[in-house]
Amino acid sequence: MSYAFQADGLVKRFGKTTALAGVELAARPGTVLGVLGPNGAGKTTAVRVLATLLRPDAGRAEVGGLDVVRDAAKVRELIGLTGQYASVDEDLTAVENLVLIGRLLDMSKAEAQARAADLLERFELTGDAGRRVSTYSGGMRRRLDLAASMIGRPTVIFLDEPTTGLDPGKREEAWRLIRSMTDGGGTVLLTTQYLEEADALADEITVIDRGTVIATGTPAELKRIAGGQTITARPRDPKRLVEVAAILNAVSGREAESLRRDVISVPVSGDGEHAFAEAVRRLDAAGIGVTELSLRLPSLDEVFFTLTGHRTEEEEAAA
Amino acid sequence: MSDIVLESGLAVREGARPRRRHRLVRHSLLLAGRSLTKTRRNPGLLLDALFMPIIFLLLFVYLFGGAVSGSTQEYLQYIFPGVLVMTLLLVGMLSTGLSINTDVKKGVFDRFRSLPIGRSAPLVGNVLGDTIRYVVAAVVLFATGYLLGFRVETDPLSALAAAALATALGFSLGWINVLIGVLIKEEVIVQTVAFLGIFPLAFGTNMAVPTDTLPGWLQAWVKVNPVSDAVDASRGLLTGGPVAEPATMTLLWSAGFLVVFCPLAVYVYRRRS
Repeated sequence: MSYAFQADGLVKRFGKTTALAGVELAARPGTVLGVLGPNGAGKTTAVRVLATLLRPDAGRAEVGGLDVVRDAAKVRELIGLTGQYASVDEDLTAVENLVLIGRLLDMSKAEAQARAADLLERFELTGDAGRRVSTYSGGMRRRLDLAASMIGRPTVIFLDEPTTGLDPGKREEAWRLIRSMTDGGGTVLLTTQYLEEADALADEITVIDRGTVIATGTPAELKRIAGGQTITARPRDPKRLVEVAAILNAVSGREAESLRRDVISVPVSGDGEHAFAEAVRRLDAAGIGVTELSLRLPSLDEVFFTLTGHRTEEEEAAA
Repeated sequence: MSDIVLESGLAVREGARPRRRHRLVRHSLLLAGRSLTKTRRNPGLLLDALFMPIIFLLLFVYLFGGAVSGSTQEYLQYIFPGVLVMTLLLVGMLSTGLSINTDVKKGVFDRFRSLPIGRSAPLVGNVLGDTIRYVVAAVVLFATGYLLGFRVETDPLSALAAAALATALGFSLGWINVLIGVLIKEEVIVQTVAFLGIFPLAFGTNMAVPTDTLPGWLQAWVKVNPVSDAVDASRGLLTGGPVAEPATMTLLWSAGFLVVFCPLAVYVYRRRS
């Protein structure tokens, strides 16, 4: 089987801290690999090794069959990178940023300008192309950052937490653009702290924690590990909480619990949508009004708790 | 190159084109252009290059002129060549390390590092872009000097050579600051270290007073300080006197600094996480 990129037993230490303790990653051409983990898990370090910015202390990584250490210069011909921190120049305009990168990739001035215009159009920045990036909103900056990694038509694109700091509407817009990045056959490695994001974009997900891989699989497989989805309801009249609990127990076959005041939740295994529709019908039939009713994926916290037995907050506090 | 198919079955990116020649030079110039655009957009960055020459010249001439030469006019002729060297060194060196340090932290350099360009191109581009500062400072200094009564006693070409020589030394010493810029993470510390390093070099010279009036230990330093050679050469070129030997020494020192610190800075930058 051939991979667009592949990492085996990557180890990277910074002083006494071990950022990577033997990480394996791989993605087939044309797919999106989501690397999911809390802050400090080693996601950024792994990306930086694959993008030739860091040398691993042990292990090896290949992009397009080329070793990222030995053939670093050739690997750079294949990749595009959008770092965790905006990696565009704030003092330049959007066009100037993209044209500069195009020309550094040895395009002629005309070619670079044409490519920049194409990408600005695609990333919906044409109207603001002549403005300095320092005047951009966070969402626009991120879009430009994504466009910048596409200039050289890379075969492998690394996106390090591309939606961190974006509000939910902007996040979905970014997802749409990221999804389109594989249209030309490109392969994407995406790191994220959000399970929904990995679920929305990734063909395969690798979960890492404390520098090691703790699970790999398709989004569906991971969700199964974490116990499926959760139905949450908040009755308009708090006194009817008991009735709501009875309905949720009935549709899920599990014990509903109230984790927050006036709100009740129950995990559903298997077909969550079916159970959810059933819950809606029964609540309606019983005449119970709700101010909140949702079917959601297990959170990253829950996946983590299931996989590691410890909570992510502790991780962040310890990091 | 563009049609090889890698063992994994991935074709090299379709946009790949045959490598053009002089890539490092071209990439460095492109990045120097970026640096110039940034300076044009933030003219405030040039304030020190504008005012440092004026302040230094006024201060030195009127503080020491009466005491050292008995007349500010005579002293102006004496000290101007030295102020030229000192100002160009300070103006050039202080900014370079800082702008590189800022770039490194903002993540722009990460993108540059992920591109198939020479590792040194972003550094060289920054240093080249900063040469505008030398030009601004030299023009302001000559203009201020002229207003105060300084006259070039040789010819315009020699005056240009004096400015070029000081720039050459500043440019090569600037790589020490590039090294500091890529080595140290804190912006404030970058500036402090740069200041501490530059001051003995820039001020510990024969610029303001004749060397034989100094205590022995300072004489020893002033004599080995390469900036003193540059000051001697500058004097020769602007007000007459021997040029060949001090100018050669200055160029040799410049080449030496460049050969040592440029590769070192690039090495550290490459290894930087």
